[in-house]
Amino acid sequence: MPGITREEVAHLARLARLELKPEELDHFAGQLDDIIGAVARVSEVADQDVPPTSHPLPLTNVMRADEVRPSLTPEQALSGAPAQEQQRFKVPQILGEE
Amino acid sequence: MTTTTELVSYEDALASYDPVMGLEVHVELGTRTKMFCGCSTELGAEPNAQTCPVCLGMPGALPVVNATGVESAIRIGLALNCSIAEWCRFARKNYFYPDMPKNFQTSQYDEPIAFDGYLDVQLEDGETFRVQIERAHMEEDTGKSTHVGGATGRIHGASHSLLDYNRAGIPLIEIVTRPIEGAGERAPEVARAYVRELREVIRALGVSDARMEMGQMRCDVNLSLRPNGTEKFGTRSETKNVNSLRSVERAARFEIMRHAAVLSSGGTIVQETRHFHEDTGSTTSGRVKEEAEDYRYFPEPDLVPVAPSREWVEEIRAALPEMPLARRTRLLADWGISATDMQSILNAGALDPIVATIDAGADAASARKWWMGELARSANESGKSLDELAITPAQVARVTELVTKGDLNDKLARQVIEGVLAGEGTPDEVVDKRGLKVVSDDSALGTAVDEAIAANPGVADKIRGGKVAAAGALVGAVMKATRGQADAARVKELILDRLGVTEG
Repeated sequence: MPGITREEVAHLARLARLELKPEELDHFAGQLDDIIGAVARVSEVADQDVPPTSHPLPLTNVMRADEVRPSLTPEQALSGAPAQEQQRFKVPQILGEE
Repeated sequence: MTTTTELVSYEDALASYDPVMGLEVHVELGTRTKMFCGCSTELGAEPNAQTCPVCLGMPGALPVVNATGVESAIRIGLALNCSIAEWCRFARKNYFYPDMPKNFQTSQYDEPIAFDGYLDVQLEDGETFRVQIERAHMEEDTGKSTHVGGATGRIHGASHSLLDYNRAGIPLIEIVTRPIEGAGERAPEVARAYVRELREVIRALGVSDARMEMGQMRCDVNLSLRPNGTEKFGTRSETKNVNSLRSVERAARFEIMRHAAVLSSGGTIVQETRHFHEDTGSTTSGRVKEEAEDYRYFPEPDLVPVAPSREWVEEIRAALPEMPLARRTRLLADWGISATDMQSILNAGALDPIVATIDAGADAASARKWWMGELARSANESGKSLDELAITPAQVARVTELVTKGDLNDKLARQVIEGVLAGEGTPDEVVDKRGLKVVSDDSALGTAVDEAIAANPGVADKIRGGKVAAAGALVGAVMKATRGQADAARVKELILDRLGVTEG
C-alpha cells in the first residue's frame, strides 16, 4: 500500500515553502514512503496495553532560568517572509466580506 | 449589524430565569522572558524586535519552558486552593490563524498544572461567595494583528493583515471557574467581585501587575439561563475579552436581559462568541460555535513533562504572602472599621497607600483620614488614581507625625499636603518655604490674644461672667489674625488666663 504519492509530496513542499526540483520530488517521495511504512509498523505492535509515547526520552522538568537571550533583529525575523509592511509580517485577507 | 437587540428588564429576567456563569480569565505573567524562549517581554519594543526561531515557529527550533513561569503557575494554583499536578504535559492546540506563526498555541489540555480549587470573593455588602475553580493552566499569548483596508481596523472587510510577534509566546495562565450557580440576581456582581479578587490575588503574589486596561488580565464571560427551579443548564453565550471590572458586570447583566428576551419569546439561544462594546454596554454576535471546535490537541513532543516535586510545591506554599481577603479581614478588625468603610477604601484604591503610610509610622486613623479625605479629593479633582499622586506614603506619614508633635494643626497640614502635591518639595521643605508652623510660643501669641480681647469687649465680659464657651469666638479671632498658625488649645488657655477664669 503506497504511503504517499509524488503529488502529495509536491503539495507538502508548497505548504512548507520548499522549492523542490522534479528529481527531488521523486527522491523524497520514495524516502517518505519508506519512513511512513516504518512508522506504520508501530501501530501493528502497539496494542491497548501500550500507552502512547509523547516523548522518546524519560525526562521531566527541563527548564530554563528567566534570563533574556538575544532576539533576532526585525530584519532577520522578517527575512523569510513572503511579504512585509511596516516592519510586520503581511498576510492575505483572513475573512472575506460578511 | 444594525439590528437592535431585544431585551427584557433585569427584574423581569430574574423573575423567570436563573443565571449560570463560567468565567475564564487570562493573566499575562510578568516574567522577564517568554514562556518557551529567552526573548524579552518588555513593552514598547519596535515591531518584531523580540522574536527568535522558537517563537516564530522555525523548523527545528526547540522550546524550553521558563522556570519562573512554572513557579508562577504553581503559586497561582496554590493561592486558589488548587491541587498541583504531580506530573503534567503541554499540548498543542492547533488552529489556523496567523496570530501564531507555529499554527498552534502551546497550552495544556487534559493535564492542567493546577485543578480543583476555589476563591472566596466578597460582595459590596461584605457577603462572601465561594467560586469553585476548575483549573489553572499554562499557555502562551498570541501575536498582535493589525487589519488593514477595512473600517476602523476591523477584520471584516480588511484587505490584508499585519503581524507583530513580540507578544507571541509571552506566558499566560488561564484560570477557569466551574459553573457559578446560585448567585441569582447578584450574578453580575459576583462576576465583578470574582475578577477583582483574582486581580488582587495575582498582584499580592507579585506574578503580574494584572492591569486590565493594558490587557495583562482579560476575562471571557460565559453565561446561560435556565428557568427558575430547573437543573439543566441552558445554551450559553461567550462574551470575549471583557477588559474592565465594570464591563464584566455590565456584560453579564446585558446577556441576562438578552437571553431572557430570546427565551421568553419562545426563541433559542445560539451558542456563539459575542463581543462586548464599552460605549453602549451591549454585546453583538461574533463567531457561531455550534460544536466544540476541534483543535486536534496532542501532547507537545518538543517539551518534556513538568513534574513539580512535592517538596518544591510545599516550599512555594510556605512562601505565599497573606491573601488579600484575609488581609482585609485582619485590617478591618485591627482598625475597628465597618465592612462599608473597608469597601469605600477598596473602591478608592486606598488600601495599599494607607497600609504603607502606617508602615512608615503613622497611626491607622490618621492614615485613613488623609488618604480618604484630602488626598482622595485631590485625586478625584485631577482625575488620577491615588498611587499617581505626587506624594508618597512616607511623606503622608511625616505630615501626621508633625501633627502629632503639635508642629502642625489639621488646617496647616492640609496646606503642607497641597504644597507637596504641587511639587514644592518634601513636607518639611513646604513647612519651611511657606512658613507653616503652629505658633504656641506665649510671647508671640500674647499680643494677638490681647488684641482680640481689646477688639471684643462684650465677649470678654461674658467670659469674665463665667460663660467659658464664648471663648471660642476669641480663639477664632486669634486664629484668623495668625492665619491659622496658632495652637488653638494654647490660645484658649491664654485667653482664660488673661480674663481670670478657670475652665470647668
